[in-house]
Amino acid sequence: MEFITQPWAWYVAGPIIAFVMFLLYYFGERFGVSSNLETFCSIGGAGRFIDYFKIDWKQNSWNLVFVAGSIVGGFVAANWLSPSDAVDLNPQTVQDLAAIGIQNAGATYLPDEIFSIETMLTFKGFLVLLIAGIMVGFGARWAGGCTSGHAIVGLSNLELPSLISVVGFFIGGLVMTWFILPLIF
Amino acid sequence: MKYIKFFLVGILFGIVMSKAEIISWYRIYEMFKFQSFHMYGIIGSAVLIGMVSMLLFRKKVVRTFEGQDIHIAPKKKGMYRNLLGGILFGLGWALAGACPGPMFVLVGKGVVSILVVIFGATLGAFFYGSLKDKLPH
Repeated sequence: MEFITQPWAWYVAGPIIAFVMFLLYYFGERFGVSSNLETFCSIGGAGRFIDYFKIDWKQNSWNLVFVAGSIVGGFVAANWLSPSDAVDLNPQTVQDLAAIGIQNAGATYLPDEIFSIETMLTFKGFLVLLIAGIMVGFGARWAGGCTSGHAIVGLSNLELPSLISVVGFFIGGLVMTWFILPLIF
Repeated sequence: MKYIKFFLVGILFGIVMSKAEIISWYRIYEMFKFQSFHMYGIIGSAVLIGMVSMLLFRKKVVRTFEGQDIHIAPKKKGMYRNLLGGILFGLGWALAGACPGPMFVLVGKGVVSILVVIFGATLGAFFYGSLKDKLPH
């Protein structure tokens, strides 16, 4: 059991993600998580105001079921397959984070400074979470895909639009990590 | 019943995202700081094996379980769409430390505050749909 309960190495995780993608195509569908966000809008009735959301969302039900499965997978992994919640980070990363105001990096999966209930209930904390989400959702749909659709599927399929998007992901990610995060905490 | 297989694949996806710490905010920070090979190894190996899958689909060596050809829908072309959308996504990815897949896995882990991020992401998709015609693509 120990090989399951310890953290999984990249060379285990990468092939399994590729296998997940393979299975979704083998089952006649595709791999792309962010399109579910549009499905949520359609279910919520956004099609009444905006034609873009006027779709028959039931044809995307399989993807909602996939997402539901991933929630269950997250529950299973957290409760039964992970004795430790610590993340073995590069010591330099821990030091860098302490310098910008995030303490105990790696003690758990997520920093309390962003994700604790107390932080969420502050005005600034709530805004950080909300704005992060808006940028992810807006950006993913503008670019036509997120990490799954562009970085995994698109790059695998040698798509130039996906390469451009992934370059964009990194420009945005680097600017946030190196220049904006130090200003937030 | 035809949906059960997607549910099971989703469970596998959730477990691997969690066990490989891809859902950890810190792993994303570490990646953008170039202080760990972990995330690059994951994405790189997934893409390499994905390329073989795509080749098998294209050569029709592998068909769907119902025997149909597998076509990968081409991504939409457009410099502005892909670059600007990508940059905005990247800003959010590094701040939330989670892209859309891991967001849902974190719900299963019991992280209440990630629901605000998911709500924001849905709102973001709604804003995009509302402003689509005014944006460069």
